[in-house]
Amino acid sequence: MKMTGEQMVPAPRQAVWEALNDPAVLKECISGCEEIEKTSDTEMTASVTAKVGPVKARFKGSVVLEDLDPPNGYTIRGEGKGGAAGFGKGAARVALAEVDGGTQMSYDVEASVGGKLAQIGSRLIDGTAQKMADDFFNRFNAIMSARHAGEASAPPPEAASAAAETPEVETVTPTPPPPAPPKPAAAPSAGGLSTGTWLLIGVVVVALLILVFA
Amino acid sequence: MTDTGIGASVRRKEDRRFTTGKGRYTDDIHRPGQAIGYFLRSPHAHANIKGIDTTAAKAAPGVVAVLTGADYAADGFGNPICGWTVTGKNGEGHIAPPHPTIAVDKVRQVGDAVALIVAETLDKAKDAAELVEVDYEELPAVVNIADALASGAPQIHAEAPGNLCFDWDIGDKAATEKAFSAAAHVTTLELVNNRLVPNAMEPRAAIGEYDSGSEEITLYTTSQNPHVARLVISAFVGLAPENKLRVIAPDVGGGFGSKIFIYPDEIAVAWAARKLDRPVKWTAERSESFLTDAHGRDHITKAELATDKDGRILGLRVATLANFGAYLSTFATAVPTYLYATLLSGQYAIPTIYAEVKGGFTNTSPVDAYRGAGRPEATYVVERLMERAARDLGIDPAEFRRRNFIGTDQFPYQTPVILNYDIGDYGASLDKALEMIDYGNFAGRRAASERNGKHRGIGFAAYIEACGIAPSAAVGSLGAGVGLWESAQVRFNPTGSVTVFTGSHSHGQGHETTFAQLICDRLGVPFESIEIVHGDTKEVPFGMGTYGSRSLAVGGTAIAKACTKIVDKGKKIAAHLMEAAVDDIEYKSGVFKVAGTDRQTTMAEVAFAAYVPHNFPEGVEPGLNESAFYDPLNFTFPAGTHIAEVEVDPATGTVDIVDWVAVDDFGNVINPMIVEGQVHGGIAQGIGQALLEGCVYDRETGQLLSGSYMDYAMPRADDLPNFRVGLTNTPCTHNELGVKGCGEAGAIAAPAALMNAITDAIGSEIDMPATQEKVWRAVQSRRMAAE
Repeated sequence: MKMTGEQMVPAPRQAVWEALNDPAVLKECISGCEEIEKTSDTEMTASVTAKVGPVKARFKGSVVLEDLDPPNGYTIRGEGKGGAAGFGKGAARVALAEVDGGTQMSYDVEASVGGKLAQIGSRLIDGTAQKMADDFFNRFNAIMSARHAGEASAPPPEAASAAAETPEVETVTPTPPPPAPPKPAAAPSAGGLSTGTWLLIGVVVVALLILVFA
Repeated sequence: MTDTGIGASVRRKEDRRFTTGKGRYTDDIHRPGQAIGYFLRSPHAHANIKGIDTTAAKAAPGVVAVLTGADYAADGFGNPICGWTVTGKNGEGHIAPPHPTIAVDKVRQVGDAVALIVAETLDKAKDAAELVEVDYEELPAVVNIADALASGAPQIHAEAPGNLCFDWDIGDKAATEKAFSAAAHVTTLELVNNRLVPNAMEPRAAIGEYDSGSEEITLYTTSQNPHVARLVISAFVGLAPENKLRVIAPDVGGGFGSKIFIYPDEIAVAWAARKLDRPVKWTAERSESFLTDAHGRDHITKAELATDKDGRILGLRVATLANFGAYLSTFATAVPTYLYATLLSGQYAIPTIYAEVKGGFTNTSPVDAYRGAGRPEATYVVERLMERAARDLGIDPAEFRRRNFIGTDQFPYQTPVILNYDIGDYGASLDKALEMIDYGNFAGRRAASERNGKHRGIGFAAYIEACGIAPSAAVGSLGAGVGLWESAQVRFNPTGSVTVFTGSHSHGQGHETTFAQLICDRLGVPFESIEIVHGDTKEVPFGMGTYGSRSLAVGGTAIAKACTKIVDKGKKIAAHLMEAAVDDIEYKSGVFKVAGTDRQTTMAEVAFAAYVPHNFPEGVEPGLNESAFYDPLNFTFPAGTHIAEVEVDPATGTVDIVDWVAVDDFGNVINPMIVEGQVHGGIAQGIGQALLEGCVYDRETGQLLSGSYMDYAMPRADDLPNFRVGLTNTPCTHNELGVKGCGEAGAIAAPAALMNAITDAIGSEIDMPATQEKVWRAVQSRRMAAE
């Protein structure tokens, strides 16, 4: 399965970051999510009950981040096991851009499924994955809108402080950071979303796409 | 002919119970205290098992046991076998790697069982299955046979380097090369025979039961041949000696070959019952059937036909790759060799043939016999080549076939590929089919279709099959591990009714009717007074089962032989009762007469005397109960011509089958209605293969993508035309009934006939299934090339 998409989050970066750090928000936004746990700077586990066509199962998954390229993107790779329902695994290239009105995230997923998911659900997976991604952002954006009505286009709060609050920024940054992109001209780590923020956005989306529906 | 004897279209007596829900299938049977088995299956096509943790599952509520491959291995029992050894070009037998009953350290296909969970209910077993932790280390998978045999392919079995099972050939290579070098024309085709899922209406099921007092195992199972199951499970698996193993195959809802085989699942269920001393039932879910029933076909073939300047065939050369899946199923190796390449002469006098077959392993479900088993693949190759060659040579396809037919004066005819055809009249079937389809006016019909914007095509399949499997000595010399005779016991009861015990197994064929008609005819017993018993190794002494259209030709002949013994003994009793000499007794239709007098006695009176022998001939045993075994002298060779006529809509790619004529020579026919039904069913399955069905595995991951009826298209009534069926008859020369077998003919002839018709309509050669999209693409690319 291959899937590409773009999503706009209509909230200030700081607010997005905080929401994405709030497990209660994440659980509310991922339908069927029972738990999400960050086990290290580059790894997390999730447990989600999902239904693809006639196959319903509880998936346990883990993801790791690779090719970190702050703040432009990274590759996220993961695998989810659904017991007798089979498994999903794959990778996604995630890219973030700062735009008017919030944060734009684009993703490019390549994944495969196995077992009953493939046997019965392969024809239904693309649609289900798309729907689940849409559901996530609808819920997330609804929460963001409710909490931050009118703030979406406000200038972002001082990002440096947000970055400073996320110690993982330093620890996860891989060997030499690539050259800063020409536009936007802001400093990579301070001007864009913090590494922690896009990591979490990416994890949430990709946890959905890869772990659950693949 | 009486209204219930040979030749009468008696309505099937079994249908009352089948159509009123009174059938008794394996899943309808409930044994006291029975637990339910559920298999946890691999979601990976190819992986090492690094560990299995069953702790949590064993502790789950309602769980009786969680059994793994290690448990099975520890108990020291054997595994499923392949019962036919094919000897390759190198003079060595094929490679048969172990087929673990439950996977131990490796899985080789999606669906390989890794644990058997036995619980009080199915739901509890399934819940517990979720708690079994299997640590898989994934390996690269390969599903296409050409990929698997290419260098660098993932290695599936350590025992089979390069995934090769055998490299086998048949025929005269040098003579064939010579024929091709002298040819005026060579027609070449590359064909894929698509993999099929059998889709019997009743999924496989089994109940194992162990009596610790008598130490006897009873296995209720969906089998086409319960005695063969008993033989394999006792002799090779070793769960119980043959005298302590009873296999019961009650009503079975379709098999099409898929229930011939001795699968690991049924063995595991019997083992679990014995181990736990408790009945264990397992019924496959439809998803499991898709994954684990042995599939059919899956060949990649290159075929070449050499002809002279007059359109006479000089030689045939065929190279085929056959996919066996992850393990060798029970008769897998015989299918693409002795049931395929030996049929490549078709109905034609071909001076020389050379065929090579490579069989190999892939990470897919095992492939074995499926309705026709090798013979549809052979007919497909020969008949698509014949049609292509006729067009290349500019000869009418009917005329081209007629020119090359084996003549009626050439029988018995020895082909260059082992078989010896006893009798046939291929021209008669072709002529009748041409007449029925009004071939002379086809051009007019085609023109009318063109005016409506449709492309009309006509296609032939002049098929032959080898049925009545088989002479034991012959198949033994070719590698079969069993004899292929059949047994029968015909027992008169004292009050005149008859119970027949047959080793043939009915799973839709209508034996209870056809065999009763035979008894009615031979013994003069009323149809209603005849009971046919089959499917229980404890009731029926012996049997080899039903496949390869053998039931009537082999099983029926055994019954006829037992009837002859009954009559012979009856003559002695009748002679005594009528105070005449045995030699003076004439028998006909249930009546014994003293020749030249009006003295007579009936079979019923003789039977009564046999059991109440107050007045009985000296030296004759009481009772009227005779057994017979029949080992056929040769295969039988049903043959015929099917003609399909189609209209293709170039705008949509839709293929509309507008007419279908089937003219078959099955030898003598006992029940024409049942025969016609068999032909209809066979054609429907063949049309399914040609138009709709295709089993697809993901070429990279090995996942089964066509694993449900959402993605695997079965033929429905509205996909099918009204079949028009005709018969010709050259009675078989070597069985006393003169019968040949009819169960597979439709599935053998139909794919080639339909694909030839589509090819005729669209002008391009395409592979099966000819889906709307594929046909549309072929039509459009041809149109664009022409512009």
